[in-house]
Amino acid sequence: MSRLILGRLAWGLLTLWLVSVLVFAGTELLPGDVAAAILGQNATPESLAALREELGLNAPALQRYVAWLLGFLHGDLGESLANRTPVAELLWPRFGNTMALAAYAAVVAVPLAVTLGILSAVRRGSLFDRGANVIALATVSLPEYFLGLLLILLLSVRTGLLPSLANTYEGMGFLAWLQATTLPMIVLTLVTVAQIMRMTRTAVLGVMDQPFIEMAYLKGLRNGRVVLRHAVPNAAAPIVNVVAFNIAYLITGVVLVEAVFNYNGLGRFMVDAVSKRDLPMVQGAAMVFAAVYVLLNMTADIAAIALNPRLRHPRAKEA
Amino acid sequence: MAPRALRSVPPTAWIGMALIALNLLMFLLGPELAPFGQEETVGAPFDPPSAGHLLGLDQNGRDMLSRLLYGARMSIGVSLAAVALSFSLGVPLGILAAIRGRAVDTVLSRVVDTVMSVPVLISALVVLQALGSSLPVLIVTIGLLDSTRVFRLSRIVAQGINAMEYAEVARLRGEGLGWMIGREILPNAMPPLVAEFGLRFCFTFLFVAGLSYLGLGVQPPFADWGGMVRDNQQGILYGLYAPLFPAAAIALLTIGVNLVVDWLLAGRTTVQGENR
Repeated sequence: MSRLILGRLAWGLLTLWLVSVLVFAGTELLPGDVAAAILGQNATPESLAALREELGLNAPALQRYVAWLLGFLHGDLGESLANRTPVAELLWPRFGNTMALAAYAAVVAVPLAVTLGILSAVRRGSLFDRGANVIALATVSLPEYFLGLLLILLLSVRTGLLPSLANTYEGMGFLAWLQATTLPMIVLTLVTVAQIMRMTRTAVLGVMDQPFIEMAYLKGLRNGRVVLRHAVPNAAAPIVNVVAFNIAYLITGVVLVEAVFNYNGLGRFMVDAVSKRDLPMVQGAAMVFAAVYVLLNMTADIAAIALNPRLRHPRAKEA
Repeated sequence: MAPRALRSVPPTAWIGMALIALNLLMFLLGPELAPFGQEETVGAPFDPPSAGHLLGLDQNGRDMLSRLLYGARMSIGVSLAAVALSFSLGVPLGILAAIRGRAVDTVLSRVVDTVMSVPVLISALVVLQALGSSLPVLIVTIGLLDSTRVFRLSRIVAQGINAMEYAEVARLRGEGLGWMIGREILPNAMPPLVAEFGLRFCFTFLFVAGLSYLGLGVQPPFADWGGMVRDNQQGILYGLYAPLFPAAAIALLTIGVNLVVDWLLAGRTTVQGENR
């Protein structure tokens, strides 16, 4: 088992490195000149050449990539083209905000979704199960901004229960923060609950066809006990996988939700940087997003390996 | 279809098909049906719905219904083009990787795994930063990124079919690559690929609308649904429904396609929106 986990760790690190190549290639090698983008309309050939020299754009791509990657590993994400501030200084606070919102949503969504998924597996075919399935299908189809605008209209404009914009600032109290971010949290919860719930249900039902479940029933155990004691532990690996996948989704899917509620997170940071075509800011944000995504997926796989009862057995061979 | 087969179609699938038909009509005839031009100012901003303007006016005093009809062609057209591109790349390459195996398969699969290890939205934003947003860039970027998903599915499906006896027989007969793909694999891979086309269309459609909503997709002056939500968004703070119309149009089409795909896939264990 530990060999499998080590292998997965190595593959994760390799992916991270490949991702850095992709991000660098995507931003540096595609046509489009950074110096021209900074100087804009009133660029003269001389000023362009001078700026290229200053930014080190005349060095070969490989050399620039190595310098960029080494800087990155030391926490130096370069300087914003717009105002020459270090990207790291602007980026990390926004990243913290995004993680806080994602964590808030995950704390609510994950237990809710797993419980609902197990319940609808226990009561397969019941009114509850079918209703949950229809609602899940609907929320998967609805764009985040539709849900967001609808909730703003209902919970904020019409009733004044919650603020319509997620204005947060440094040093605000925890309760005030919770109140400001509850609407975006509800939207994120709605779009992820459906997914986790359906996958949990599928995973539990997949185990329910196994002979040992039939055995448990034949022993005379009650339905609820069979599901909770025998089916769920064996379905844990796929459930953990889908949960981690959806948390990874939370962290990038947050981009749209942040735009709806004007939340000061990394998603809006990246969108602003893209529309200003601020290269180092986009590179930084893309690397952070990608790294979180790769790490979460890796964690999910490792958790799945660790949770697989067959692999936990000392005599277990490779899966 | 025989009457009995028609009767076995669940009502949800009928609703889905009706929604798709309605959107297809809007896609084909939208601009011709629109009572006003997409850039035509016909009244005050955010005028409420009236007999002359069934859905009211938008933030610049343009007819909402007309812009929705114009936007249908743009929003649906861009997504269709991107999905067509991703399928015309992903399906042949996926099948090729499955048949040839070895080096071809390893190289293609590694590339696809790496691209897929970055969230699509992030990859798309990186490309849009470098190239700026225009219709060709949008379509090609989304098509290429999405072709990785199509590749993965076609590869797995083709691997399954390639191991069947009839494929084995064809190989022993000495049939070439063209025959294997065109006569043995593709016809048998159609059902999952058609369902996947629906799901990929949903994903792409939501994705294009999402980019436009962020201001990085279809650019003005063209009307498109995601951009219309963005433009009218401030109206919601005054309790107006204006931004909800284009948002609902987006939602209805995705629900429609999902309902039909759900019916097509009934009995198979595929999870909707697995890789959004």
